[in-house]
Formats: sequence, C-alpha cells, structure tokens
Amino acid sequence: MTALDNLFTKVRAENRAALIAYIPAGFPSQAGCQRVIAAFIAGGVDAIEIGFPYSDPVMDGPTIQAAAVTSLENGTGAAEVFQALATASAQVPAVVMTYWNPIERYGVNEFSAAIAANGGSGVITPDLTIEESQGWISATDNSAINPIYVVAPSTSDARLAQVTAKCSGFVYVASVMGVTGARTSVSTGAADLVARVRKTTSLPVAVGLGVSTREQAKGVAAYADGVIVGSAFIKALQDAPDEESGLAAVTELARELSKGVREGR
Amino acid sequence: MSTEPQIDVSQILGHFGPYGGRFVPEALIGALEELEEAHRSSQLDPTFVAELAELHRTYSGRPSIITEAKRFAEHAGGARIILKREDLNHTGSHKINNVLGQALLTKRMGKKRIIAETGAGQHGVASATAAALMGLECVVYMGEEDTKRQALNVARMKLLGADVVPVTSGSRTLKDAINEAMRDWVTNVETTHYLLGTVAGPHPFPTMVRDFHKIIGEETREQVLALTGRLPDVVMACVGGGSNAIGIFHRFISDPSVRLIGLEAGGDGVETGRHAATITGGTPGVLHGTRSYVLQDANGQTVESHSISAGLDYPGVGPEHAYLHDIGRAEYRAITDEQAMHAFALLCKTEGIIPAIETAHALAGALQVGNELGKDAIIVINLSGRGDKDVNTAADYFGIPLN
Repeated sequence: MTALDNLFTKVRAENRAALIAYIPAGFPSQAGCQRVIAAFIAGGVDAIEIGFPYSDPVMDGPTIQAAAVTSLENGTGAAEVFQALATASAQVPAVVMTYWNPIERYGVNEFSAAIAANGGSGVITPDLTIEESQGWISATDNSAINPIYVVAPSTSDARLAQVTAKCSGFVYVASVMGVTGARTSVSTGAADLVARVRKTTSLPVAVGLGVSTREQAKGVAAYADGVIVGSAFIKALQDAPDEESGLAAVTELARELSKGVREGR
Repeated sequence: MSTEPQIDVSQILGHFGPYGGRFVPEALIGALEELEEAHRSSQLDPTFVAELAELHRTYSGRPSIITEAKRFAEHAGGARIILKREDLNHTGSHKINNVLGQALLTKRMGKKRIIAETGAGQHGVASATAAALMGLECVVYMGEEDTKRQALNVARMKLLGADVVPVTSGSRTLKDAINEAMRDWVTNVETTHYLLGTVAGPHPFPTMVRDFHKIIGEETREQVLALTGRLPDVVMACVGGGSNAIGIFHRFISDPSVRLIGLEAGGDGVETGRHAATITGGTPGVLHGTRSYVLQDANGQTVESHSISAGLDYPGVGPEHAYLHDIGRAEYRAITDEQAMHAFALLCKTEGIIPAIETAHALAGALQVGNELGKDAIIVINLSGRGDKDVNTAADYFGIPLN
C-alpha cells in the first residue's frame, strides 16, 4: 500500500473527495517550487503532483506550456523533480506526472526506483499506452509504486477495462477532449465517464482538466474520489505581481477548493 | 520481372524492431484504431484503389518520369545518375501521393476537416490542394519561423482556401507545428483527421504514409530496369522525417544488391551540434508518438534542430528508418548546408533543374557516392521536390540581389 492508497481509504471513510494539486518542478523557480508546495499544504491539499517539464507537451494548454518553458529555463531535470517530490512526499502523498520520454531516457527501472526512494507513491504517464507498458508495469511493481493512467471521454468501454486493469492508486479521468487549462465549466461528460470507469474497477477515480473554482470542485466531488487542479494554481502564480502575493493566492485557492471537495455529497 | 518484397519490416502493432508503436494520450486511441482500420480495409477495396490510381494519373501526373543527369554526372565520378522526378508532380513534390490517399481516407471515415503540419510548406500546400479538390476544411499549422522562410508557400495555401496558423511556441519550426496540430486533434478528434505529412508519429502513420509513397520505388524499379537493363547500385534520398526516402527505398529493400542511402541535414556540421541529422547524431527515444532516433539531451528533452532546409529541420525521424539503420539495410550520412547548396547550384547549372533544398542534400550525397564508386555505378536519386519555394533562400545564400 502506498501513501496514496491510504489517502483514498481515508477520504472514502470521510465521505468526501481528495484535493490533488499540480505544480511543475522548478516553477516558478527551484526555491519557489518548494514554497508553492508549502502553500499547498497550508491550504489543505490532500496530495501533490510534481510535473516533470517536457519540451513537447502535446497534452498541455498554454498555461502549463508556459510554466514548462520557465521550468526548463530554470534548469529543471530529473534531480530537481526528485528533490521536489521528496519535499512534497514528506508531508502528503505525492506523485510525479511526466511524458514518457524523460522516463525512458533516465532508465525505466531506475526512474521507478528513484520515485520510491524519494517517497513518491506513483507516476502519472499521460502518453504511455498500455501496449507499450510492459517494462513499466514490472518496474513499478518492483518499486511498489502506483502506475497511473489517464482515460478520456473517447475511450471505449472495452478499452477502459483494459486500461484500468493496468492502473493502481487511482484512475485519472480527463474530463473533456482537449488539453489542460482552466475552463468556465467542467464538462457534464466527466460524470458519465466516471460512471463508465467505475463499471470496470473499484479503484478510486480522480477528475482533472478544467477545474479552477470551489463550485466546480464541489460539483466534481459529488461523483469522483479526487479532484485534480493544475492550471488554476499556475495561473494564480503567473498573474500575481510578485511571488509573495502569488503564494498567498495559491493558499487561498487551495483553501477554497478544499472546502469544495468536502461539500459535494 | 517484378517480385514482391521478401522482407516485411512492417510488423505487428506498428513496430519496426524496437521502434514505432504508439505513445499518445488515450484520447487519440479510438481515432488511431479507426484510421488503421480505414487504411487496412481501403487497401483491399478495389473502388478505393481505383479512385486513388485515377487521381494519380489525371491529377498529380503519375507515373513521374525518370531523367538521366549526364552533365551533373560528370561531377559524380562519371557514374550514371538517374533522377526520379517527383518534383514534376502537381504541387511540386512527392507529398501529393500521401495527401491524396489520406484525403480519400478522411472522406471514407466521414470526417469533414483536416489539419496538417508543415515545415517547408510542401506538405501544407499539398494538403490544402487535396482539401480544395475534395471539399474539406483545412487548417495548416506552421512554425512562425518557417512562415517567414517560406512566405511563398504560405500565400499558396491561403489561395487554396486553407487557414494557416503560425505557431509561436518552442523553436517555432516543424516540431512545434506538430505539437500544435496534435493539441488540435486531441480537442477535435471526432470531426477532424490529422493528415500527418511524414512516416513518423503513432501507428498507423509510419506504415500508412509509407504505403501511399511506395509507388515511387515501384515505378522507379521498373523504369530503371527498362532504361539500363539492370537494378541500380544505389538508391538515395534526403531524410527529414523520411517519407520520400521510404517511398523510393521500400520496393528495393528485398533487392540485396541495391544500397539504400539516406542523406540527413548536417546543418553547420554534426560536430557543431547545429544540425538535423537525427540518425547520425541522435539517440533512441520517443517523440511525437513514436519511438525512433531523437535529438535529445540527458533529460530526454528534445534538442532544437538546425538546417538551411525547413523541410528537413526536424529533431526526429521515421521509425522504419531507425530500424533499417540498425539492421544495416540502409546507410545514413549527414550533408552540411554548404555541401547541399553546392549541389543545388550544380544541378541548376548542369541540368536546368532547380531542386528543393531538401532534395539538394540527396544530390550532394550522390556526388560523394559517385566519386566513391566510379563510372560503372548506377545511382538513382529521388528528386523529391522542386525549388521554386527556395529561390529567396538561395538568392540570399549566393548573394543574388532581389530588388
């Protein structure tokens, strides 16, 4: 059992959803990322996703693309990702989210082992298909961490069953067809997709893409075990006149969202 | 005369040895499966095959001719140099072969909108052309840097009714145009076909695009046998993503006496780090949905490529090329900007043919290989595109004033 598994057991007992916050390592700076993690904790997030910035983020909208560029300019590599992961995982369950090539380049077994060594519970791999996962599944088994896959509204029922069978920790439901970024409404399709996922697995299900407000978090928490928020936090940092006020905005947003995930049921 | 290829390098699930495959968001899996099935069934459908053949004959102008380049050959050790004239196709390059095939598949799948990426603009122009012909909506993503280098092609696409979207992220070249096209596709996959222009990307693209271009090699083999009475010693082509090269190579893979040589963009020289020679100077990795050679750093971040040729300026390469390289069936060499531009000028002055700068890399390779093999050799070069679009770049390079 990972810390992440234990978290979902706990929030299910509390009859609420978990709030999962995303920040790329090295954003807005290496030290700034450490402060963002502290701001998340102060705001009451339940788990943290550390992003491994990548040069070709085809799943990400402009907000996270810009953050990835900043992070790469700040010299972020695997070492900085693991450092941020260790900081986060010392306080709450933490995972890494990364496109596949940085894992392959680092070494599949080595990457998985480093996640475990830095207290990480798992890895979210948005562009790794189950067909290409053989080595990764055995690596994550050996390291006793959760391989977390992302499913989409276009994923067929038959395919959902195949993907969730490879998954552990939680199933990441992309709420809409499209890239990451805050949206004015969370697609009603998300609830349908969560329901379809639940027919294939008893794993917790967390919803991401487009959540940025307490009301949206409340709406998603009505049917999901976790609410994932990324772009809204990054935008709060980007829009702030200075880092201090950005961090204050992050904590405030986290507080609001953590109320939302408790109001859904 | 014509025997079927004995080596089928297209293996299950779109793998070529350790390369190829599918590394994409789950959101795209359904569309890729639909495309794979549409491609498979269309190949067995006589109506589809006849419709594409008719377009080749009456619209693009196939079969393209071969031209023996006797004056150019004097600079290539006196070897016989034969040019496969894909530059004479409608829209001026080999790209039309793939585009017509995929546009027909788009209609077969009931989709009304195509998106495409383009570097030099050749694939964008070809896509806009096919969209106009078949009444499809067309959006072309093009790196902002490339829209400046290839302004003429931007105007051509607009005349043909396409929307051209300049991409301002990353290096603002082909790689980033593909990223943006994939983001569009993830968002609009139900209505939209991504008309990828090269033999890269997730399965089935490398196999499907190869299938639409293999007619180049099939025609070439028969034409060269008819002209010379024997198989060529060498078949050469430039390699960016690698579509024209796979197109001319594929029919010759099962002819072991025929050397296959791909010429990559060496930019300022592979040793300088400013190049786009992915097989020569890269390492295995995953980019844009497929595993192949990639120009990347120690953290797996894609490194920006550099080439005078927008069409070769790409830090990845098709997975089948990676496989042909590893098993030793094809060779890959890097040609610098300077070597390519020398060959470009030479073909203009000796044969009256202005080639695309992409193609000039293959011509430069032929000058090397001709001198290595001498006058008994027969060398075939895929003249993949014409150079009208490159006149500004060439004039600038050679110091020819434009008023």
